[in-house]
Amino acid sequence: MNSRHEARIGILFALPWILGFVLLLAYPLVFSLVTSFTNFSVLREPKWIGLSNYQELMSDGVFLTALQNTLLYTLGAVPLGTVLAIALAMLLNAKVKGMAVYRALLFLPTLVPMVAQATLFLWVFNGDYGLLNAALRGIGFSPPNWLGDPAWAKWTLILIAAWGCGQAMLIYLAGLQDVPANLYEAADLDGAKPWHKTRHITLPMISPVILFNVIMAIIGSIQVFAVPQVMFPGGAPARSTYMFAMYLYDNAFLYQRMGYASAMGWVMFLIILALTLAALRLSERHVHYETQ
Amino acid sequence: MRLSRVAFVHVALVLLSILFVLPFLWMLTTAVKPIGETLTSPPRWIPSQVLWSNFPDAVFYGSKELGYVPFLVYARNTVIITILCVVGSVASNTIVAYSFARLRWPGRDLFFAATLATMMVPFPVTMVPTFTLFRWLGWVGSFKPLWVPAYLGSAFAIFLLRQFFRTIPNDLSEAARIDGASEFRVFADIVLPLARPAVTVIALFTFMGTWNDFLGPLIFLTDQNTFTLSLGLQAYQTQHGGTPWNLLMAASLLVILPIIVVFFFAQKTFVHGIATSGFK
Repeated sequence: MNSRHEARIGILFALPWILGFVLLLAYPLVFSLVTSFTNFSVLREPKWIGLSNYQELMSDGVFLTALQNTLLYTLGAVPLGTVLAIALAMLLNAKVKGMAVYRALLFLPTLVPMVAQATLFLWVFNGDYGLLNAALRGIGFSPPNWLGDPAWAKWTLILIAAWGCGQAMLIYLAGLQDVPANLYEAADLDGAKPWHKTRHITLPMISPVILFNVIMAIIGSIQVFAVPQVMFPGGAPARSTYMFAMYLYDNAFLYQRMGYASAMGWVMFLIILALTLAALRLSERHVHYETQ
Repeated sequence: MRLSRVAFVHVALVLLSILFVLPFLWMLTTAVKPIGETLTSPPRWIPSQVLWSNFPDAVFYGSKELGYVPFLVYARNTVIITILCVVGSVASNTIVAYSFARLRWPGRDLFFAATLATMMVPFPVTMVPTFTLFRWLGWVGSFKPLWVPAYLGSAFAIFLLRQFFRTIPNDLSEAARIDGASEFRVFADIVLPLARPAVTVIALFTFMGTWNDFLGPLIFLTDQNTFTLSLGLQAYQTQHGGTPWNLLMAASLLVILPIIVVFFFAQKTFVHGIATSGFK
């Protein structure tokens, strides 16, 4: 096949994605950046207003609350999910009987659609008749009203995220299974304790996987939408669960402030970029890449 | 391994499994309870009678007021959109990934790098322009905004398939080319059948993603009779004060069931697919 013919066929085959890339990514990105400097709404012609949207965001109390809620949620959900997923993967990597069953049971929650998760946990966390509070009362606690108390509502979202850590768990498990067994054998000969093996062999060997999972978890958490939207319409109680993506959605489709929503979208994008770069930078010293 | 460690692993796994599965059992027992027994404190685990009729009741809930059976309409809509998306995603992503993996064309590597970078773009950034684009096309309120994009590929699927295509040896395709097969034949008859595991993974991920999608239908669907199950479930508890927990749990179970069934049949592929999505 001559190279010109190959190039023509190559571009032809890639055409769906070239279209998708241009129409559904590049164009919307540019358009939303431009829109973010206007007062665009469905009802009127857009007018250029410079940085006004961004200035307004800085002093918009609701936005700042939503931003704070989202960052707190991320700060809770990402470390908890990461530690839990790694711990579960390590347990699942032990050579004991019945692994297939344990693996299926621990992975099951990941299959539950987000809206169904939300309805299920509305019921589990129900202050009066919910399973969790019944259990807490059973062991002598006087449990909080999870869904109605601003101090606790965010925790329900963090706990639900931890419950669904199965996907990360499987990725960690695959990473653990790739750690060469001879490293552990050598450590055993040197009389290493289990904790030392974890600290000096396992964690360094899976550190690239940890970095990847943490970055994906951050990207997902900053955009969290479906579960809080269904469980806490409007971010109740007292806006304590009002998330970035919820406020963005409300501005775009409820208040018809598309320009303002676009500015929020770009702020979100920049936050994700900054956090990803920070994770990459922080990890430089700790992530171990095998040289091949 | 020492016996005490084996015992520790089992105890830890049993406790954690219980913790993870308990909400499901709670859902299941609530789904077959009479409504009165959902509101007791302390809660009853074993209902006085198993009310299987909660499932048909959940399905037909609200059908009198609306004149149609909402749950079945939502299910039909979800199935239509999901099938269209799975077909579109497999068709588009395989051929695009083949082009990136096997064919040389100017700008390919740069474009591939740009493709990877777009995985970081959150949907909320592109949401407003995408919405105005589809509104301009007159598609808002129809299923089109939900399935047409599947035919234009996705960065994640292209990446996964490309990695897989690169592991398939070139000799077979070369032999077919010498025999005069067109490039499309080489792709469809030789490379694609060998890539079946990766294609299955993409089909499964698309199925789950579409079945679960909430934000897309929320933005683009306007009439209740076009809603998907995700939106429908939400409508359940917001429309009617004094949520009928038993029916809501029964309906939620029915929404989860197809995914569990598919997972059960495709377990190996699923697990493998998720494991390889960790960029190895």
